[in-house]
Amino acid sequence: MAHLQIQGLSHSFGERLILRNLSLSIASGESVALLGPNGSGKSTLLRLIAGLLTPTEGSIIIGGSGAAAGRPDVGIAFQDPRLLPWRTVLRNVTLPLEIAGEDERGAREAAAAALRRVAADLLHDRRPAEISGGERGRVALARALVRAPSLLLLDEPFAALDAITRARLDDELPELTAGAATLLVTHDVAEALLVADRVLLLDPVGSISVEVPGLRSLPPAHRRSALLSADGAARQSRLYEALAAVDHA
Amino acid sequence: MRRFLRLSPLLLAAMLISIWEVGVRVAAVPTFILPTPSAILVRFAAAWADGTMVRHLVPTVIEVTIGGFIGGGAGLALGIVLGLSGAARRVVSPYLVAAQSTPILALGPVLVLWFGPGLAAKIAVCALITLFPVAIATLVAIRDVEPGTIELMSSLGASRWQSLRYARLPGARAGIFAGARVAATLAVVGAIVGEWLGGSAGLGILLNLARGSLFDTPLLFADLLQIAILGMSAYALVLWMERVTSRSTA
Repeated sequence: MAHLQIQGLSHSFGERLILRNLSLSIASGESVALLGPNGSGKSTLLRLIAGLLTPTEGSIIIGGSGAAAGRPDVGIAFQDPRLLPWRTVLRNVTLPLEIAGEDERGAREAAAAALRRVAADLLHDRRPAEISGGERGRVALARALVRAPSLLLLDEPFAALDAITRARLDDELPELTAGAATLLVTHDVAEALLVADRVLLLDPVGSISVEVPGLRSLPPAHRRSALLSADGAARQSRLYEALAAVDHA
Repeated sequence: MRRFLRLSPLLLAAMLISIWEVGVRVAAVPTFILPTPSAILVRFAAAWADGTMVRHLVPTVIEVTIGGFIGGGAGLALGIVLGLSGAARRVVSPYLVAAQSTPILALGPVLVLWFGPGLAAKIAVCALITLFPVAIATLVAIRDVEPGTIELMSSLGASRWQSLRYARLPGARAGIFAGARVAATLAVVGAIVGEWLGGSAGLGILLNLARGSLFDTPLLFADLLQIAILGMSAYALVLWMERVTSRSTA
């Protein structure tokens, strides 16, 4: 039974059609990467699933009920970390729980656990301005994970980071998000293959055209080398060719 | 060098006061035109010693405090409502701008007509003069919070009130206090001018007395010094409030 089930989804902003008749399902615990050129509607799709936008047509079912903003079982990390600069790292991560009305002690414990999970537990009392870009990305991920969501939506969460930091987070991401169904939006082919079980390509008219299996199920130490093996290279070139094709379409 | 820069405002003041003191003595300027700084200080101390200053300071402090808090509070509330609601903003903003370009002080006689010559009219002038800078600063700061932050709050299921409490108000804090700093010094101006419209005690009344019936120019300057100290204290109070609220939002 799919955890996330999208059927016949279309969305337009005014006259402009962003997504057309898109169908997609993600099983519990499965990780899917959605690849597509800029403007193909990747971020719009995530906002629709998160309930931040209402689709023009079609249905989105998460764990048996419709999409709605603020569902505690859905976590989202945006392209920029969006940490509140006046709050400490710990209090940025307790924020979702404070809004949900949980008591302070429980919220602090859950936030500390989420920060430990993303290896950012030495940062509790720092302000966002006092930590590095990579650390801010980890903290934003901890905030998305703190309510233990069963569906995690990641909108190029590491796009603004330097290549080395990004590679490291890509290596860790499958373990950090283990247990949750994950939909990652990216335009980086290698990143998509490394962190996902399946890589889907969103074409410019907003429907899914190509599907390639990812490398997430491999042990962490073997993923990078698998990416460079003959099979990994073949998967990459299939995706690059498909991307080039949709770019010229 | 840094120590010098920190002390330089004091050094500048000392230099200007010395020039003033020496200049007035050398040129033999009559005291009723421009007293020496030392004569002003002596008169300042005397006015405190004989109770004159306290008698006139207390009503002004009351007007500034009550008027400032009423005007600041109302400005904050108005600014929040207008910052949150585009519809309210479109309806009310033109009037806000029109009201701010009307010199509030010119409304003084009307306020005296309505509230009488007592404390109430002066509090009303103070409240009105502080309301607009706080309201406009709050409106802009609340309205201009990062759209990404507001989207984050929606994604976390925050209500309008929670969004205000957790994101908009703390994010707008610096902007609101910038307005409040302007308002603090304006409140003192409002009180002084309010007192000129009538009454029996207040630093504004004392200015008129010292210039008019008492013809005591050193007292006039001592009063100006007291007004400056009051203005700086009001400003310092706002700075302190800013610091305290910054700790509580951490």
